[in-house]
Amino acid sequence: MGKRIVFGVAAVLLVVAAAYANFFVAPTERTMGLIQRIFYFHAATAWAGETTLFVCFVANLLYIWKRNPKYDWLGVTCAEVGLVCITVVLITGPIWAHPVWGIWWTWDARLTSTFVLWLLYISYLLLRSLIEEPDRRALLSALFGVFAFLDVPLVFFSIRWWRTQHPAPVIMGGSGSGLDPTMNRVFFFNVFVMHLFAAFLIVERYILEKMRHDVDLLQREAEAQ
Amino acid sequence: MAFLTLPPTGLRFDNIDKRYGGLYALRRVSLEVSPGECLVLAGRNGSGKTTLLRIAARIVRPTAGKLSFPGSSSEADTNGRPGYVAHTTMVYDELTAEENLVLFAKLQNVPQPATRAEELLREVGLYDRRSSAVRTFSRGMRQRIAIARALIHRPSVLLFDEPATGLDPIGISWLAKTLGDVHRSGCTVVMSLHGESEISSLATRAIQLDAGSVVADTSSGASLRSILSFGGA
Amino acid sequence: MALLSNTATLLAKELRTEFRSRELLTTTVVFILVVLILFSFAISPTTEESREFGPGLLWLAILFAASLMLQPCFLREQANDTLSSLRLAVSDPFAIFLAKLIANTLFLLVTEILMLPLFAAFYNIPVLPQLHYLLLVLFLGSLGVSIAGTALSAISAQARMRELLLPLLLLPLLTPVLVVSATVSVSLLDREPVVQWKGIAFLAIFDFIFLTALWLFGEYLLEE
Repeated sequence: MGKRIVFGVAAVLLVVAAAYANFFVAPTERTMGLIQRIFYFHAATAWAGETTLFVCFVANLLYIWKRNPKYDWLGVTCAEVGLVCITVVLITGPIWAHPVWGIWWTWDARLTSTFVLWLLYISYLLLRSLIEEPDRRALLSALFGVFAFLDVPLVFFSIRWWRTQHPAPVIMGGSGSGLDPTMNRVFFFNVFVMHLFAAFLIVERYILEKMRHDVDLLQREAEAQ
Repeated sequence: MAFLTLPPTGLRFDNIDKRYGGLYALRRVSLEVSPGECLVLAGRNGSGKTTLLRIAARIVRPTAGKLSFPGSSSEADTNGRPGYVAHTTMVYDELTAEENLVLFAKLQNVPQPATRAEELLREVGLYDRRSSAVRTFSRGMRQRIAIARALIHRPSVLLFDEPATGLDPIGISWLAKTLGDVHRSGCTVVMSLHGESEISSLATRAIQLDAGSVVADTSSGASLRSILSFGGA
Repeated sequence: MALLSNTATLLAKELRTEFRSRELLTTTVVFILVVLILFSFAISPTTEESREFGPGLLWLAILFAASLMLQPCFLREQANDTLSSLRLAVSDPFAIFLAKLIANTLFLLVTEILMLPLFAAFYNIPVLPQLHYLLLVLFLGSLGVSIAGTALSAISAQARMRELLLPLLLLPLLTPVLVVSATVSVSLLDREPVVQWKGIAFLAIFDFIFLTALWLFGEYLLEE
């Protein structure tokens, strides 16, 4: 318990530190000005989300193979945390885009596949809520999770190659492409921090899921008497 | 019943566990059914009889433990598979009796499927209704088509979940005679039953299940009558 | 090979069942028709716009229709627990999926071919010149819809609210098929038609990936 509190406090402090770095350490961007600073947070969260959903995919495969409930708990945990990350990305993107390019949204490859990813994982959670029996829920959602994850690169490339009629500003293209060294450091600091914060959320949510499972088990045993 | 002599096959359950979300439907069930036995499973609703039969039919995977069929031929495609009859017909309502049987015969590589289907339809007394859709069948007829489907591939093991449910006395007599014929031709029969009847008198052995465990067995001296009335422990 | 013969036997059963009642085909045809008509009420495109939007709308209609048509796929196996007897009888459970997805692809294709003349008329798009390529795109796209749809219908049949769940699971997953099929169809039906082989290859790859996934994981979809 003590370790969890320390971890949590550290994660939150680091997020504050990252925010400070975003506003006061990173130099102001030439063309976009103040609003560009949201990019560090936005892109770092996107990376953390993608890592989390990859872990979800691995957990799904492991569940199908080993049938250990822990992998199911890890799967749903990562799906939820990943979904939160993606939601943040989808909200901060337009916040950044509107002052800079005058549009709220564009159907470029990254944004569209991010949105489809969001839809797929919402469906994943919805599917889980509609199956009552725990073993069945775990297996079927793991299988859907695998199909969904296999779909993601296909979505990305289909949009990239066949939806380029409208010239679209590459909203997230800026990461790493000739960035000022200080900006680079700030960016990777953000990436580290967001991953850590995601890990903290995953740990807490996993423990919650385990407790939920234990309570559910006790309830079912009581009902069976 | 025109059955060929079969390679006698038994069943062996080795420490079978089945859990559904943490609750045990079957708990460390170890049971050896000898080839040619007619075993009755008795027990209250929820004691695990259906689960045990579905595991034996290989429709349900056990959470732990092993199932084997000592004595079966190595071709798992035909006789190796048990025949299984449950509460539903497990055939297609919209197809005719004949079409259903031919379908299941073809799937299981039964030689001359059409001839075999006809043979079985005559055996169960449905030959006249062979071109009627199963949808139109009465309860007794539905059970007969289900039995025909289960026997189409000449299994050496027959699993039957509560055969007498919903049958009138004539139906029960017919079923007792049919099961007797099947058993006498060398098939190992495992069936779950409630209470005594013409059918239970076919039993060579009975066991009682309670809360997923075997609590009584006639082969260890318990009486058939008390097991069938769930008092065997 | 046992897999092929089982698949053929089951496919014959699927086709026989459908041609006796024709319920899937008729409802799907009518549904696509209604959707296409409603689209033109909502949008009322000019002739030039029709050429640009029409094929996309057709594919959208196909997707919506498929997500309804695929509902009964595994539901009808629940009525008398025929799924269990099939699993008992076949040597490879993949045969069950293969038969169903081939049948579903055929049903979709028949529906689409029946709809093509009406589509051509409503949207003033001549389809005959590029018919062979159009049929190829329709085939590969419908195959993708069927593969994903058959797999997901096995999942949704085991959940509550399955009528709403299947479209919700299926439609986001089929985004690549929609995008590519629609775009390739538009350029095929353009005044100066172009065959986008890259797109056709992409559809084939989509089909291959999901067919392989279904082959690897199919038996778990049917597990109890």
